[in-house]
Amino acid sequence: MDARSDRPVSLAAPLVRFESVTKRFGDVVAVDGVSLDIAEGEFFALLGPSGCGKTTLMRLLAGFAVPDEGRILLNGEDIAGLPPHRRPSSMMFQTYALFPHLNVEKNIGFGLKQQGWEKARAAERVEEMLSLVRLQGLNRRKPGELSGGQAQRVALARALAPGPKILLLDEPLAALDRKLREETQLELKAIQRRLGVTFMIVTHDQDEAMVVADRIAVMKDGQIAQVGPPREVYERPASRYVAEFLGEANLFPDGSGWRLVRPEKMTLSATPVAGATAGEVAQIAYFGDRTRYVVRAGAGRPLLVSRANLGPPLPLAVGDSAWVSYAPDAAVALGS
Amino acid sequence: MRTGPTVFNRLSVGLGLAFLYAPIALLILYSFNASRLVTVWAGFSTRWYAALAQDDQMLDAVWVTLRVGLISASLATVLGTLAAVALVRSGRFRGRALFSGMIYAPLVMPEVILGLSLLLLFVALGLPRGFWTVTVSHATVTLCYATVVIQARLASFDVSLEEAAQDLGCPPLMAFVKVTLPNIAPAVAAAWMLAFTLSLDDLVIASFTSGPGATTLPMRLYSQVRLGVNPEINAVSTLLIAVVGMGVLAAGLIQRRRENPG
Amino acid sequence: MRRPWLAAVAPYAWLLVFFALPFALVAKLSLSHTVLAMPPYAPQLDLSKGHAGILAFVHQLSFATYARLTSDRLYVLAYLSSLRFAAIATAILFLIGYPIAYGMSRFAPESRHGLLMAVILPFWTSFLIRIYAWIAILKPAGLLNQALAVLHLGPLSLLNTDAAVIIGLVYAYLPFMVLPLYAALERQDERLIEAAQDLGCTPVQAFWRVTFPLSWPGVAAGGLLCFIPMVGEFVIPDLLGGSDTLMLGRTIWTEFFADRDWPAASAVAIVLLATLAVPIALFQRQQAPLLERPGVLS
Repeated sequence: MDARSDRPVSLAAPLVRFESVTKRFGDVVAVDGVSLDIAEGEFFALLGPSGCGKTTLMRLLAGFAVPDEGRILLNGEDIAGLPPHRRPSSMMFQTYALFPHLNVEKNIGFGLKQQGWEKARAAERVEEMLSLVRLQGLNRRKPGELSGGQAQRVALARALAPGPKILLLDEPLAALDRKLREETQLELKAIQRRLGVTFMIVTHDQDEAMVVADRIAVMKDGQIAQVGPPREVYERPASRYVAEFLGEANLFPDGSGWRLVRPEKMTLSATPVAGATAGEVAQIAYFGDRTRYVVRAGAGRPLLVSRANLGPPLPLAVGDSAWVSYAPDAAVALGS
Repeated sequence: MRTGPTVFNRLSVGLGLAFLYAPIALLILYSFNASRLVTVWAGFSTRWYAALAQDDQMLDAVWVTLRVGLISASLATVLGTLAAVALVRSGRFRGRALFSGMIYAPLVMPEVILGLSLLLLFVALGLPRGFWTVTVSHATVTLCYATVVIQARLASFDVSLEEAAQDLGCPPLMAFVKVTLPNIAPAVAAAWMLAFTLSLDDLVIASFTSGPGATTLPMRLYSQVRLGVNPEINAVSTLLIAVVGMGVLAAGLIQRRRENPG
Repeated sequence: MRRPWLAAVAPYAWLLVFFALPFALVAKLSLSHTVLAMPPYAPQLDLSKGHAGILAFVHQLSFATYARLTSDRLYVLAYLSSLRFAAIATAILFLIGYPIAYGMSRFAPESRHGLLMAVILPFWTSFLIRIYAWIAILKPAGLLNQALAVLHLGPLSLLNTDAAVIIGLVYAYLPFMVLPLYAALERQDERLIEAAQDLGCTPVQAFWRVTFPLSWPGVAAGGLLCFIPMVGEFVIPDLLGGSDTLMLGRTIWTEFFADRDWPAASAVAIVLLATLAVPIALFQRQQAPLLERPGVLS
């Protein structure tokens, strides 16, 4: 079953609550009446294409922007009047924003010094953070002498050092190459589990959101399209927009709305099957672990079929006839 | 791949640099000439440097110039930093167009006009002309240069660094002091040096705005140059070039090492 | 910072008092007439008399000084000759500055830094001294004629001629022409040239069809940066030019210091400023951003 079912999200007393928050920049409504609760200790992802308002929502929480309407509550208290430096949140910037004139140690200790930590205790905390992100020994390096992955870890350590109530991560992995990014996603998740601190990540990468998050909010045009655990938003999307933003989708008209069947739930056959839709293979893409077929059947949108490469390949080539079918319970009805 | 410079490219650059440096090189060479006739070589000598050390008027002028330069450059750098911050960080404010106009105009405006207008101000205010009027005038003109230099660095400075500092608990002004200022420090230093050098170099504005007892080195040199070429001037010039040249080279090297350590 | 515009208060006030106000005074003075006193002009604004004082003041203002300027041939000639000197020198600067800037941009990035410093360095050495150096070169028994004599050429009597003024202008302003040109050329993407060659251009054609048009902002910046201050130049015509070399900067200086005709000096300044208003506005609108690029001035 769901690997995350052992971490039920309790929203009885949320850590953060957005109440009908609206933010405009001139004529552009960046955030449009968003209401959202984030529980203590969860890893929450804001997912959406660029310009959907996810970064603005995060900056509203950090205090770098002020809402035009609505309230933001932290532990039940309105934080409207608090400037960024008095908020118990920490942010990890997309560009990392490491202070180039300070070495790793001083970057990590920056927030501690600001909070007036006693020197020895602060040094201890810095060491603790360095070992958390596995960068022991790099204390005296300047940011300019770090690799991309190292800089990313220092930024994480710096944001975590002061013990924030919530850590905000703004596209934290966007600058890393794919392999490192995938490793780091898992590591981020492990660190979050270990510390139990609430993480809120902003990303445009649905795979990343699904890998790290306990819950995902999919955003569109400044509004929340759907909130839920990854499996729920993927398998039971609330709208066509969410269905198409998270992975590939076959959509069939269904009354006033649509029926969704994910490509991996479709079955493909090189020989006729009773009840299956007949078509012609238009494209075959090999991904290693799976193969994706595009099958043209009739005048509608071509059908997508994703097939795990478990056994021998299907004897199909582009232009061949093929038969597509799916189990009745594989289809999900979407709202209009 | 970039193809290297052609013969024509090398020749253009070489001749250009020769044109820029030959007059200065000759001037330095002839400051060591034994003859009083500046253009006739009569052997190596340092007599004009010795003569210089005895020239009280000249030394006086050097002292005035240094004081004017130090004070006006420091004023200009402080005001210029503030102006740069205002221009880069605050989008639109009332009177911004006038403000940036006043910053950029002096960069290209003929010095004669600047000098004349400042003089008229001091006359209208009934201020006696002298050390302070020159200093204030220099600060006014050089503050514009300082602003441009600092603005360039500030504009390329990542604002998220300051936000990060605020996020980590710094109030806004302290975030500027602790994070932004150390990072734009090379530009602030460069702005100060530029302001200082411009002040050191200025003849026209100083001539208008100075008064008795505040003769600057360029004013002194100018009155001598008008009387003709004179090896002592070559000696002063050589010293000036040496001081400024070494300063600029040192600053350049420091900046370079800072940029690519190791 | 939360209210960055607050930083503008001090420099704004400073510039209003020491830059804007003085210009108002120059404008006012150009409408006054000369008297033998200290200060040598009338009328003077007496604010203690209130409204009547201001009215009396305004009534005494006149355009007489400007009328005098336009009727005096010497002023008109100085005006035209200033523009002519600046235009000729700007054209020459462009012709010799462009190959230098282009040549510099062709060097490998490591050497470019040194070349850039080499071009900037003379800018840091005293303007007066650099012009002074040319006196020793150009004077009748000077170094140029000594060199020409070795080649059995010359002698040329250049000092105190218009040619010497042009040489001085070109020499002094060369860095101001080269730097913006270099800034525009250096950041050009080499792949554009490769693309042009790939599309059938010879290297020379690629230069004229791609590199040169793309460097126009640099050409405009360099031209304005040189032309504007040269029109009002004083030191160069004064030291290298002859007694008959007429330039407005020198006229202002003479009217002010020798003739003590402050209204005339102010009126000339206003005329000069009015002439330069358009190029200065152009410079501010389009070219100032070029100067703000790191490395051009610092």
